[in-house]
Amino acid sequence: MPGPMGRRMPRGRRIENPGKVFKRLMKYVAKNYGVHLAIVVVLIFVSVLANVQGTMFIQRLIDDYIAPMLVSDVPDFGPLAGAIFRVACFYAIGVAAAYLYNRIMINVTQGTLRNVRDDLFSHMQTLPIKYFDTHSHGDIMSTYTNDTDTLRQMISQSMPQVFNSAITIVSVFISMLVLSIPLTVVTLIMVMVMLLITRKTAGLSSRYFLQQQHDLGQVNGFIEEMMNGQKVVKVFCHEEENIRQFNELNDNLYHSADKANYLVNIVGPVNAQLGNISYVVCAIVGGVLALSGISGLTLGELASFLTFNKSFNMPINQVSQQFNSIVMAMAGAERIFQMMDEAQEADNGYVTLVHVREENGKLVESPKRTGRWAWRHEHQADHSVDYVELKGDVVFDGVDFGYNDDKMVLHDVKLYAEPGQKIAFVGSTGAGKTTITNLINRFYDIQDGKIRYDGINVNKIKKADLRRSLGIVLQDTHLFTGTVRDNIRYGKLDATDEEVIAAAKLANADGFIRLLPQGYDTVLTGDGANLSQGQRQLLAIARAAIADPPVLILDEATSSIDTRTERIVQDGMDKLMKGRTTFVIAHRLSTVRNSDCIMVLEQGRIIERGTHEQLLEEKGKYYQLYTGNAIAT
Amino acid sequence: MIKTLAAQIGEFKKESILTPVFMILEVIFETLIPFLMASIIDDGVEAGNMQHIYIVGGLMIVMALLGLYSGIMGGKYGARASTGFARNLRRAMFENIQTFSFSNLDKFSTAGLVTRLTTDVTNIQMAYQMILRMCFRAPISMICAMAMAFFINAELASIYLIAVILLAIVLFFLIKRAMKYFQMAFPKYDELNASVQENVSAIRVVKAYVREDYETSKFKKASQGIYDIFLKAEKNVVLNMPVMQFTVYSCILLISWIGARLIVQDVLKTGELMSLLAYCMNILMNLMMISMIFVMMSMSIASAKRVSEVLCEKSDLVNPKEPVHEIPDGRIEFKNVDFSYYGDNDKAVLHDINLKIKAGETIGIIGGTGSAKTSLVNLISRLYDVTSGSVMVGGRDVREYDMESLRDQVAVVLQKNVLFSGTILDNLRWGDENATEEECRRVCRLACADEFIDKMPDGYNTYIEQGGTNVSGGQKQRLCIARALLKKPKVLILDDSTSAVDTATDAKIRRAFAQEIPDTTKLIIAQRVSSVENADRIIVMDDGRINGFGTHEELLENNEIYREVYESQTSGGGDFDEKAGEE
Repeated sequence: MPGPMGRRMPRGRRIENPGKVFKRLMKYVAKNYGVHLAIVVVLIFVSVLANVQGTMFIQRLIDDYIAPMLVSDVPDFGPLAGAIFRVACFYAIGVAAAYLYNRIMINVTQGTLRNVRDDLFSHMQTLPIKYFDTHSHGDIMSTYTNDTDTLRQMISQSMPQVFNSAITIVSVFISMLVLSIPLTVVTLIMVMVMLLITRKTAGLSSRYFLQQQHDLGQVNGFIEEMMNGQKVVKVFCHEEENIRQFNELNDNLYHSADKANYLVNIVGPVNAQLGNISYVVCAIVGGVLALSGISGLTLGELASFLTFNKSFNMPINQVSQQFNSIVMAMAGAERIFQMMDEAQEADNGYVTLVHVREENGKLVESPKRTGRWAWRHEHQADHSVDYVELKGDVVFDGVDFGYNDDKMVLHDVKLYAEPGQKIAFVGSTGAGKTTITNLINRFYDIQDGKIRYDGINVNKIKKADLRRSLGIVLQDTHLFTGTVRDNIRYGKLDATDEEVIAAAKLANADGFIRLLPQGYDTVLTGDGANLSQGQRQLLAIARAAIADPPVLILDEATSSIDTRTERIVQDGMDKLMKGRTTFVIAHRLSTVRNSDCIMVLEQGRIIERGTHEQLLEEKGKYYQLYTGNAIAT
Repeated sequence: MIKTLAAQIGEFKKESILTPVFMILEVIFETLIPFLMASIIDDGVEAGNMQHIYIVGGLMIVMALLGLYSGIMGGKYGARASTGFARNLRRAMFENIQTFSFSNLDKFSTAGLVTRLTTDVTNIQMAYQMILRMCFRAPISMICAMAMAFFINAELASIYLIAVILLAIVLFFLIKRAMKYFQMAFPKYDELNASVQENVSAIRVVKAYVREDYETSKFKKASQGIYDIFLKAEKNVVLNMPVMQFTVYSCILLISWIGARLIVQDVLKTGELMSLLAYCMNILMNLMMISMIFVMMSMSIASAKRVSEVLCEKSDLVNPKEPVHEIPDGRIEFKNVDFSYYGDNDKAVLHDINLKIKAGETIGIIGGTGSAKTSLVNLISRLYDVTSGSVMVGGRDVREYDMESLRDQVAVVLQKNVLFSGTILDNLRWGDENATEEECRRVCRLACADEFIDKMPDGYNTYIEQGGTNVSGGQKQRLCIARALLKKPKVLILDDSTSAVDTATDAKIRRAFAQEIPDTTKLIIAQRVSSVENADRIIVMDDGRINGFGTHEELLENNEIYREVYESQTSGGGDFDEKAGEE
């Protein structure tokens, strides 16, 4: 398809505004799972508190329960039993809360991932063709796979972890403050150092991570290109050169991946040991304070404080280890939102397509298929309704078009196709033949001029109805994963098996389909990879035939079919299209010769038009092309 | 499978061994530090012994630094070993793919190969790092803690042993169930992604048939299916958590209760009870970790299988023991050739082919879709081996030649041809990497590619996008022909290579061939009669057999298929294309 390979979303660059992306992501999750999240927050709170009760029990176990028993002659296990029972209850609540919030988070995570995919997909269906021209398919795919995957880790693990840690940090911090302000300051300083180092390594590692993503993209791109061209590589004995180039890219990836992973790996140990050092420093400072008696810190309090110091460092370490997955998730979320924000295909049409039957010389809307169609034109001014019979009258009036505003590919195209005519376009690749047909069905919108369909400006027709009225067999054949029957039925979802077979017969596809292992139920995969190019085209024609459209556009629909088969297909199509308008693009003479009007295109302009005989008589471009000796002489 | 993969660890054996060593060291320091911590409190703070705090604190800092060092080294070597292993895997696969024959390539889909080289390798890399860093660390840490516990009090420690065994059994069943669902989920997930891929590339069909809503509802159904199955899997995984917490807490309470009794009976000291409780968490956390490793490993097994499939695939075409490097001339002969893609004669696509082509002859090949024209010529440069019979070039069986020499001398311009990202010159030099710009210009003149290249702003240095998307079909075909000509081959095969080139240019290219490379044997497959009618002789293929072989006139006279094709296309130009649009 002509059209510039435009901007690609760059991978491996820094995120513009992580805060904004994070907020939006939270909003997105909360939209469907707000209540879930609120419950999760409460449950995390409960579980943290229950755990704190447990920790406190262990701290007091010896002093409050065991020590008194040691001094009494008749040890009373009653208080201990009571305490154990109480703590068991707390534990039970904690376990239940932890299980519940994890269980709920599965729904939140998987549900959000499903929603992200569904939203991406349904939004993608509404994007204009231009979007697909300007974005590489690999990039679009990677939004569904890699970017969505980064969210999984983030929502299911990072989010609860961060929240859990935050609550722990706050509660421990308050306890520390109560015990000793100077020691809290010491602990805080050490935490600062920890955060500083984490930030530094995390910053560095996210740089290498982004570099790694970039190198990975390069390696993937090279692999994709070479795997696609592997047969050419073989034919040219280019294997060694290929290996050399691959090794270079592969080594780059190894180096950046090595560094990125190294930095991630060391964040944990570094923080853990800094935590240990923090512990020692507190012990020494606290010891000095307690022994000198300046701050009124008792030794017992110092012991408790040291325990808190330990439980303060742990969550900080846990959070810092989530840092990278958060950075990656933010980059992924940004690309996901970018795609969701892409402008949809605009459709301001209000004229719709309906089935009609004639009653007393007037067209009346019919709920059933009647073989006749009409445009239901509801006038905006007075809401009166007109029915205009669909005939397939297509007029281009002074149409200018370019895929970009600065480069026109069609200039001042004037064209009229009368109902029932077969109109052919001939001309070189890139002359604008396919472009013209893409304008009729509004894959693209024109810059200047008017296109009228049965006298109605195509801009006023609802796109879906416009396209429903046009059957198109495209230049590039695409089939879908599914049975042969499903693929033909794609043209008319409620078609009966008989209709499917009839369409296949019309396209002369019935013969080869019956020879397939499971006939009509043979499953096609990978865009019909197990069929030949010609067989795929025959199926595409059958698919268009079953739709039984009022107007048909055939864009090089028979280019890979041999001439003998083509003639049979052609006869069938001619029968089908009798009385209906057909647009044909072909470079084979036999395909276009019997057209009612042949348009010769050159560089986006129609330079000649007329029947085969008229054009031959003109001895112009068509004549030159036809005789095939013009330029050579 | 493991053996195949392990062979690729290669130069990273040292790192692969050092990683667990350092991880174990880290564990040892990790186990020792709580001792020192306890000692600071018990003997230092509580006793008011500042001296003790200094000494033990100093010792602890040393330990911490050593722990830090081992942690950092473990991280460093772990990263290096796993990323290096991944690099080697990619390289080995890529190199092996380069040796694949066409039939090997047919076996794997392009997308399949790409996934194996990318996603699957990444999965293995992650799993390998996990194994190196945790596989030894977790069990050893657990054993250390267990040993310590038994050392303190065997009776109490046996509670742990029972707990660990019970927990291990429960975890095993939970994970097994989860794995069952995960294994069901991953292929579905791949399918979902494949359907997105399909939708993206067929978006015009979707829009032309107004099937957006249909596709969306199809997708939503699939995505809901994945949601359901992942939910089932994760539900089992998440059960690990309460089971494990329940065990930990039961242990703590049991030990507190029994421990208190033992203390009262003066069998156990208070400090010992505290240590026992500290180890509780350690033991069970590590067990949890081991179960996680288990999950990760079994998830990556599918990837490992797919990677080793590529590594184990052997090219089914091998060079002869004493290969002949020189091809004397472009004579071609087919002797009783049968050929089937699957090596069994029932599904043969070529039947009993006998042909003799003289050096320097121009041969046209014509026939309907699926008549095996391409299969016929693919045998000449030994892209596939015959099932029976023999194909000879220059008087020798192609299986006697060195494959590289053969393919250098027998140039094929494939039907599905590809240009690569790079300049036009880069692309041309695939034919001969040492070709001068002069030579490149010459072959472009022959292939009539010079006219459009000269008009490009950067001429021969124009950058071709991946897949050649910025040149038209006809231009691409001419560049591909020029690229093949640069090899100066003895046999040149054009497989429908001028279908997008207009008739006049097509004729001009053929005239240039006749004048400039008269000694090269030329085989031209075409749909158009005009492309072959001037050939010395024409082969008419029908359903895998030679239906006719002779000059244009002879065939018109006595070959029905040829006559029919000829008449349907009439004399003169059968096509309109290319030429008109180019200035």
